[in-house]
Amino acid sequence: MTREELADPFHRLLEGACPPAVVRAIESGGDWGDLWAEIEASGYLDALVPEASGGAGLTLAEIAPLLMALGRHAVPLPVADTMIARALIARTGGERPDGPIVLVAGAASAPVAFAAVAVHALIEQGGVLRLIRLNDCARAPSGDPGSLAELVGWPEAPGATGWPASGVDLAALIAIARAAAMAGAGDRLLEMTVAYANERIQFGKPIGKQQALQQQLAVMAEQVVAMRMAAEIGCAAGLEGNAAGAAVAKRIASAAAVIVADTAHAVHGAIGISEEYDLQLYTRRLRQWRLAGGGETYWAQRLGRLRLAAASLTSVDFVRTHITATGTA
Amino acid sequence: MFESLSPTQLPAADEALREPVRTLIAEAVAHLPLDRRARSWQGFDAALSRKLGQAGFLGLTLPKRYGGAERGPFARFVIVEELLAAGAPVAAHWIADRQSAPLILNYGNEDQRQFYLPRICRGEAFFCIGMSEPGSGSDLASVRTRAERTDHGWRLNGQKIWTTNAPHSDYMIALVRTSGTAEDRQSGLSQLIVDLKAPGITIRPIVDLTGDAHFAEVFFDNVELGEDALIGTEGQGWKQVTAELAFERSGPERIYSSMVLIDAWIAHVAAMGRLDGATAALAGRMTAEIATLRAMSLAVTGLLAAGQSPVVEASLVKDLGTTFEQAVPAWIGDDLAAHPDEPVSPDLHRTIAYLGQIAPSFSLRGGTREILRGIIARGLGLR
Repeated sequence: MTREELADPFHRLLEGACPPAVVRAIESGGDWGDLWAEIEASGYLDALVPEASGGAGLTLAEIAPLLMALGRHAVPLPVADTMIARALIARTGGERPDGPIVLVAGAASAPVAFAAVAVHALIEQGGVLRLIRLNDCARAPSGDPGSLAELVGWPEAPGATGWPASGVDLAALIAIARAAAMAGAGDRLLEMTVAYANERIQFGKPIGKQQALQQQLAVMAEQVVAMRMAAEIGCAAGLEGNAAGAAVAKRIASAAAVIVADTAHAVHGAIGISEEYDLQLYTRRLRQWRLAGGGETYWAQRLGRLRLAAASLTSVDFVRTHITATGTA
Repeated sequence: MFESLSPTQLPAADEALREPVRTLIAEAVAHLPLDRRARSWQGFDAALSRKLGQAGFLGLTLPKRYGGAERGPFARFVIVEELLAAGAPVAAHWIADRQSAPLILNYGNEDQRQFYLPRICRGEAFFCIGMSEPGSGSDLASVRTRAERTDHGWRLNGQKIWTTNAPHSDYMIALVRTSGTAEDRQSGLSQLIVDLKAPGITIRPIVDLTGDAHFAEVFFDNVELGEDALIGTEGQGWKQVTAELAFERSGPERIYSSMVLIDAWIAHVAAMGRLDGATAALAGRMTAEIATLRAMSLAVTGLLAAGQSPVVEASLVKDLGTTFEQAVPAWIGDDLAAHPDEPVSPDLHRTIAYLGQIAPSFSLRGGTREILRGIIARGLGLR
């Protein structure tokens, strides 16, 4: 199966089931059950689950286009998180719960993305993975307008039994999922912004004919492509979540997010600031996901410590040997 | 958008070239101080180029019947990456191997291929590119150097400038006007191979702000060239140059110009035992950008390997890559200046100074930042 054969039906599903009106409704506290049911019925949630356990047995690298599609369509549910959680749960032979699952690493005091639309959290603390019902936690809105993130207070003594993370770096997997979603949202913003620049007439011609805008849009395009390539590097690390690959993905995506979102707004002018115009669905997400699970400095530091621990290697050798490559020759 | 740039892996057979070339390079750079290695593809060492040729590391993309290795762009990527990472002085063969040879293979006639390509593969024929003129920089289509038909070939008059490596080169592939006037823009241009030993040619090196003289002015005063000087089709020079620039703009040399400095800085902070957040953040930032840009450059290499001419994609990677390699000396200089009590080797100081001063050229050579962004904008459908 080619990447297109895998991703195209997913795009069509999301185009139909998750148009901007549905995104807005769920962000306003509306019911998300129908959208979840459609995605569940499609089977994509088990993409990473081994075939022996009834899944599609795909790798993280293979589903990179799906993770990007989620950002591209601003899907207001933790689909990537649930895909990863189901695969990790299947490895233990444990019973997987129904409904959306969010991933959490550490005793996070930062807002947990998608917590408002999830039933469970798969949380890693001290090398132990636990599945916790969010209804058993203290929850408060993040205060971020339209955000589905929540501040979550985890139970002091979680009742759920845990299992050893055994090398799975959940923080890295979260970073990869967010970076891929950012790459998808960034690509959508680039398309919208180029289209707008070609339509909007000022001084008697499309504003996209102005060199000043062309140069900005070229930079935006470079950043969007860099986000996508970095997300692919992250996904290539696989389900263990290689920290170096994840760090590349999230460092690049988070640093690019500001440039991409700001350029989209600069080109759109006032219309882009309005609620009813769709631009904000994607730029708001870029800003949230930039910080979610660690921003550009956090991940640069993690990568930098790995790099300094291998100081005898050249940078080319470090990249070749520590940051997994993938793709076809 | 730009989905054509997708993850691309180096084939194992090409990856296998890395160790043998590394041994050869280690010998060549062993005696060079860091700031000489920072010259990299501006550093001239004809003996090294001949050694690389003898060992079969030049002309990797060319057919065997012309002395090449018939391996393709991925093999070349590995060799080029190793040369740049080590800061090997590769200027002698650089342009010939990168773009003149593919140009001659694609557009040359059989005699031209037989004459030039085996010499390039042996590291014995060095090329420069005659594009810029005093009045034609970014506006390349306005070139005025003119070649007129004679009974025996061509008569060349005019001037090129900022020609990298001209003082050391055997040949120049020049973009010249063969019909019409500068107002005719892209039509009426042709490419000629000029033997730089021909009578009527004066080459005057230009000293740069660091004291090096890697580029030059080249004057043509009634230079008589044979019929065989024309490469490709008369009047198709613009199209040929555009295809050539995809080769010129796509390689890791648009990312790695500050690589020896990065590695020397890593060694320095490791020796100092620094583990603080700011140091780690800078090390991580540079590593993340190298990893991403390398993946993008490999993706462009994949397009070249598939026989495409990825003009827009190459421009995109070059602009992002040169922005990075240009920023590195400033970042590292600032870092060391923030640690005034640390002993820093004179070598490292000289390298930061050299790269900081020369770095503006990274986004000038091979097409300016503004021109590249214009090409990207066209690729986006804005022009």
